[in-house]
Amino acid sequence: MNKVQDFLRKQAEGDLLPWLCQLAASEKFDITIAQVEETALASGLLPARYQRNRQGISVSQQLALFRSWVAIIGCGGLGGYVIEELARLGVGAIIAIDPDIFEEHNLNRQILSTPATLGRPKVKAAALRVAEINPAVTLIPIQAAYLPENGEEILKGANVVVDALDSIPTRLALAQTCAQLDIPMVHGAIGGWYGQVVTQFPGDDTIQRLYSQWVEGKGVEQQLGNPSFTPAVVASIETAEVCKILLGQGETLRNRKLFINLFDMQFEEIFFERHLMAAGE
Amino acid sequence: MQTTEAFQLHETIQITLKLFATFRIGRFTVASREYAKGTNIAAVIRELLIPEGQIGTIMLNSRHADPDRELNDGDILAIFPLVGGG
Repeated sequence: MNKVQDFLRKQAEGDLLPWLCQLAASEKFDITIAQVEETALASGLLPARYQRNRQGISVSQQLALFRSWVAIIGCGGLGGYVIEELARLGVGAIIAIDPDIFEEHNLNRQILSTPATLGRPKVKAAALRVAEINPAVTLIPIQAAYLPENGEEILKGANVVVDALDSIPTRLALAQTCAQLDIPMVHGAIGGWYGQVVTQFPGDDTIQRLYSQWVEGKGVEQQLGNPSFTPAVVASIETAEVCKILLGQGETLRNRKLFINLFDMQFEEIFFERHLMAAGE
Repeated sequence: MQTTEAFQLHETIQITLKLFATFRIGRFTVASREYAKGTNIAAVIRELLIPEGQIGTIMLNSRHADPDRELNDGDILAIFPLVGGG
């Protein structure tokens, strides 16, 4: 990789590597764009597409993001935006999991859906979109439903799991799987003008307590539907949580739920005491 | 002294109730209400005619609480509906 490094250093403008140089290196040395990107970042060069990530994210942190794997469970309203934002952020590998195809009622909010993608698998649309916007990012499409039985196989290697599901019992199962696999999980849910986000680390039980009153069925989304803007807001908050977990910095929504009310434009925080510790573990 | 003790037997507590999202429809956003001492959260929810299955999070003084929790004078109780879409 020394030759590649030398080439990139010569092509760089200061410490910024323009996209055309990334392409040229890929062709010249017959390596993938992803390999060029990793070499550049490891050499202290920042692909120019990320220059506005600075100063918030340094070159070494950009490399940490590039070497990260994030699994998104559900590629609908929330998942579509999360995938878009993670790919633009520069997370190197995204595992997209969803069994469904796009239907007409998705068009009001699901960013990966277009009239042309109706009837096509959501994960395929995700792969095409990511290849289009950031070819350095690898999207692994899994057209299957997450189940407790396949959880270990499909979430293997993920540094963070993003809950973009639309089913409460499936979420509760996912929280269990993430705990078993020792993977942090970012929970998001929406309904009408409302949404919520929680970040759960292995050993926490906030998500389980969030739904401790749940008996059956869906939440307010059944009555209120989901407009275009609520998934965008909640997905963006989820992505910010993922970014902080991957970089190990900032304050996450651990042990607290953010309740988002876009109708009255109010944001509420609900604090969850750590159960096990409170009970004298 | 005896009158004070007798009064305490019927002591009431003042609670601030906050409802969120769909629970506001036909009810209120914030209200101050009086309850008998010893009233728990579940009793307040029943009085508000909120079906148990629709309850998401219960927050007592900014902290998550379970329905069997007994209320104290001056408590702020907030009730959020279940949100589960994606």
